[in-house]
Amino acid sequence: MRGVTKGGDPRNADPAAPKPPAPASRRSRPTPHPVLLRWLVLVLAVGVWELVARAHGSVYFPPPDRIARHVHDLWFDGPARHLFLTSAAVADILPSLGRMAAGFLLATVAGIVLGVMVGRSRRAYALCNPVLQFARAVPPPALVPVFVVVFSFGTPMQIASIAFSAVWPVLINTAAGVRNTDPLRLDVAAVLRLNTAERLWFLVLPSALPRIFAGLRLSLSLSLILMVFSELLPGTANGIGFTLTEAQTRSDLLTVWAALVLLGVLGYLLNTGLLAVEKRLIGRERAV
Amino acid sequence: MSHATRPQEHGQGTDRVLQLSAVGQHYGDHRVLHDITLTVPAGQLLCVVGPSGCGKSTLLRTIAGLLPAREGTITIDGDPVTGVPDSLAVVFQDYGRSLFPWLTVRDNVALPLRRRGLARAERRAEADRILDRVGLSGAARRHPWQLSGGMQQRVAIARALVCRPTLLLMDEPFGSLDAQTREDLEDLLLEVHRTDGTTIVFVTHDIDESVYVGDRVVVLSPGPGSKIVLDLPVPLPGRRDQIATRGLPEFVALRAEVGRAVRGKGVQET
Amino acid sequence: MRGLSGAAPVRALRGRQELWLGLLGVLLAFGVCEAVSRAGLVRRSYLPPASEVLARAFELAGDSVFLDGIGVTLRAWALGLALACAIAVPLGLLLGSVPLVDAAARAIVELLRPLPSVALIPLVSLLLGSGTETEVTLIAYASVWPILFNTVYGLGEADPLAKDTLRAFGFGRLAVLLRAELPATAPFIAAGIRISAAVALILAVATEILSGFGEGLGIFIAQAGLATDGTRDVLAGVVWAGVLGLVINGVLVWGERRLFPWTPEHREAARQGAGR
Repeated sequence: MRGVTKGGDPRNADPAAPKPPAPASRRSRPTPHPVLLRWLVLVLAVGVWELVARAHGSVYFPPPDRIARHVHDLWFDGPARHLFLTSAAVADILPSLGRMAAGFLLATVAGIVLGVMVGRSRRAYALCNPVLQFARAVPPPALVPVFVVVFSFGTPMQIASIAFSAVWPVLINTAAGVRNTDPLRLDVAAVLRLNTAERLWFLVLPSALPRIFAGLRLSLSLSLILMVFSELLPGTANGIGFTLTEAQTRSDLLTVWAALVLLGVLGYLLNTGLLAVEKRLIGRERAV
Repeated sequence: MSHATRPQEHGQGTDRVLQLSAVGQHYGDHRVLHDITLTVPAGQLLCVVGPSGCGKSTLLRTIAGLLPAREGTITIDGDPVTGVPDSLAVVFQDYGRSLFPWLTVRDNVALPLRRRGLARAERRAEADRILDRVGLSGAARRHPWQLSGGMQQRVAIARALVCRPTLLLMDEPFGSLDAQTREDLEDLLLEVHRTDGTTIVFVTHDIDESVYVGDRVVVLSPGPGSKIVLDLPVPLPGRRDQIATRGLPEFVALRAEVGRAVRGKGVQET
Repeated sequence: MRGLSGAAPVRALRGRQELWLGLLGVLLAFGVCEAVSRAGLVRRSYLPPASEVLARAFELAGDSVFLDGIGVTLRAWALGLALACAIAVPLGLLLGSVPLVDAAARAIVELLRPLPSVALIPLVSLLLGSGTETEVTLIAYASVWPILFNTVYGLGEADPLAKDTLRAFGFGRLAVLLRAELPATAPFIAAGIRISAAVALILAVATEILSGFGEGLGIFIAQAGLATDGTRDVLAGVVWAGVLGLVINGVLVWGERRLFPWTPEHREAARQGAGR
């Protein structure tokens, strides 16, 4: 397991935290067929839940097969031409994802651009650091009411909340990555007479990319959190979070569980996607 | 803009490519170099030797314009050095860090050509040509970290040569390599120097290497405040051989003299 | 030496310069917020001037009701965090010591991991109502993960040489755990706790905002958001939240440095601090 934060949490951008290093120390005992074991245990766990739920019939913990069926009924029972999405799916899932994507992309672009600007100059970094540390320390949900006041309920509020919360890990990590550019390589760039743009494109950004991606992973989880949270607030009209909270008021636990499963799967897919992009861009070269 | 190959003339030459006058360098109170005066004629391969910490690398970086000289002046081709001059190339010791691992070998080598305004296809062709020259014909599409240390340093040399520099600076380039690879690269350097006639300043701590490779050897005293304690022409035959040349009595005598100077034992001891 | 040895990747300014520049940065940020608001670029009710917000924040420091609310939030935070530690550290030690269990648990963990903890608020509210139990449970759930991961990870980082040495001297399994692995893992656990502390604060505030009634910093912010012309209070509350986060983080970092001065990060920091 990596000693980094889980998908729901922020802020391992702190440099004082021990970083997972290159594989210097490995466990001495390898486990047999880890992938197989993993899936076996998962199936087992789900099976146990199923049995216990059926036996006790608690309304609060419905058996997994009912949840799965409900997920299908709610969102994936639609016509094939709509990719099997129901109208509810289109009305809720797509807007949620769209807002999250917009907020995350905004945060990414702003974070990288500003991060490069801050990281390039020692002065700029010293100037901005305390303010950035403060901004990063504010728990993002506390800011959402501010955006509610400014934008009132709706998509702009949500995108603003997501973007404003998710920008800090990217910004801070980009700045740190830029600052830590190898001085020897900077000398090489000077000797090769690269201009500023070339230096940025051929040296600074590629060199900072691993750090930037670490920030992006955090930002992604923050985006997910804020997306859900902003939709949990009273006053929203649609979205996965809205489905959750609306089901809560009706005490519709099956839908609550269904939404949780959906969120878990979405989160997993998004994280896997980001990891794939990271592998593609950085790849094996990080062996250096 | 390419330079015609200059004639190889030991110790003389009408063009003075590099000139240092009373150059000094210090960090705060810590004095590193003192009163370095040196003239390097065109086409000469000058070796700078000295014990560890004597400021050889600092000297090189000062010549390259990466550090401003605190005292004295440096001129290259008559122009004073302020910042990194055009038509200068550097090969660093740490090839792993001086090459960019996220670019292919070819892209690494072609990078300095961008400022020449060549089209992309021309840059690639030029890079391929120079890679052939240093013996890395098949490696263009690979990444530096996929190559051995010696090959990586060849890439660095290729990158330095691709723009046909007036002056080539080398900072202990073979220090991180094993003995066999070192010898191969020394011979590569000599061969390139013979055909191109580039002026080279070669810093090393290896006394044998300095005499084998150089047309002239300059010895720095141990720090702080290193001075030149010996300036010795190397009148060995132009074509050098690892076994034969190193066995010549002249080689042994020169090497002994340089060795004594490095150890600070004075020029001659009976 | 600049660039020569290449050993120091970060070119730091002189210590004091950094301090002054940082201060200047804060003042500039403050000034910009102030100017933007007073110049009428944004509606006053949307973004009151920074000076007003800060004044209100100071005012709140003397407001006993507000301070009680902070206390409530902090109590839930501390309780949740403590619960998380009590669960995560032993569990982490177990998972880290027995690779079979670890591999088995991986699947479940990897699936639970991407789920945002805030999404559990409705479920837990249905199960436990909307009181402190819900808040503490959610905080604990979210805080377990960083501590758990860091404990397992830190265990893997324990120097096998130290363990072998102890075993060669005849120490039993438990003794090896306590004498070699735990001290090596402790800095990682501490870092995990620091991360979890921030997470716990997020969950605390989030749960409070959503529950709508009761006491706490989140409640204060939420209610101020509903009131007309309440932006000042909302922002003052945000300032408090940020300060709280900073203080918690600062205290924990300080604690880590004091307890574990031998770790490479702290050694480096100490060297840099002394060297200037």
